[in-house]
Amino acid sequence: MAALIFVVSAIALLQFFISYCRSLIAASMKQPLSEEVRDVAGIPATASGDDFVRVIQLVHLCPDRPEDRGDLRAVGAYFRLLNIIRSTVARVIPSLVTWTELERNQCAYFAAVALDRRIAFSRDMLAQQMDS
Amino acid sequence: MLFSVLVSGLRYYMFTNFGWTSSQYKYCYYYSDAVLTIFLYLALITLYLQVFDEMKVEKYVRMAALLLLAGTALFSYGVVQQSSHRMVTNFVYELSQNLYFVGLVLTYILWGAILKLRETRIQLIQFVLSLGVYFSAFAATFAFKNVVSHNVVWFPYILQVLGGCLLPMAWAYAFLRLSPDARMVPARLAVVPR
Repeated sequence: MAALIFVVSAIALLQFFISYCRSLIAASMKQPLSEEVRDVAGIPATASGDDFVRVIQLVHLCPDRPEDRGDLRAVGAYFRLLNIIRSTVARVIPSLVTWTELERNQCAYFAAVALDRRIAFSRDMLAQQMDS
Repeated sequence: MLFSVLVSGLRYYMFTNFGWTSSQYKYCYYYSDAVLTIFLYLALITLYLQVFDEMKVEKYVRMAALLLLAGTALFSYGVVQQSSHRMVTNFVYELSQNLYFVGLVLTYILWGAILKLRETRIQLIQFVLSLGVYFSAFAATFAFKNVVSHNVVWFPYILQVLGGCLLPMAWAYAFLRLSPDARMVPARLAVVPR
């Protein structure tokens, strides 16, 4: 019985976690990327999953914003989960390759939006310091 | 959330004064966990009331919630009454464990209702999903402890710490960053496309 509860809970955990991360990403998908971030992050038209790690490194170079720290961690964990799925289960189920690639692209877009916000945040901080 | 902060303070006091392995800390942890689980259960019922607001079924939801809570408590009592001399302590542990699983099932049903009713409020969706992650992480933890020996402790604790951190962070994010009027299409979030 406990084993059954464990399996059910683990599957539910995975489903809720994926849906939660997608809700975080969906909230940022409506936000357009500034030209500046496109140039800095090297994202000309659409974000690719391969950009994610590089964009996250750029995000970590900016001053920390406590508001988006948790979301970035959650989406980072989701991105790693997608990589695991891509290199394991997706080899057996080919339709998952397209899905994981699409999700990875959206993770990269989410990271780029976070980078955009952090750049704007540091600019505001600098402006406040100059004023005072 | 306020109660959770108070409990964390109390647990920290017990931890620093009596230590990780002391019975004082363990009693404090499991008793406060049971009370916190009941509070979370009530928070989940409030989310039910929000989702089913337009259907005017508030009275039935409250009644069903109370009956389910009483049923879970009775079931937990039934499980522990024959097996132990420290009945209250085991009852508290059993009640938390069962409430986590009941909470997980209820959250899953609520998520299904959100998809079916096309509820679009992002804040509400994120409350439900993060609560789902929390309940399922803890239900999996308790079940894992029962499947394997209680001596294998590192895996459950990692899940509990992650789940315990995620819920306050996710709710704080939803409260502070998302407007109550912000909307999205929930069907896009489902793992199995609808």
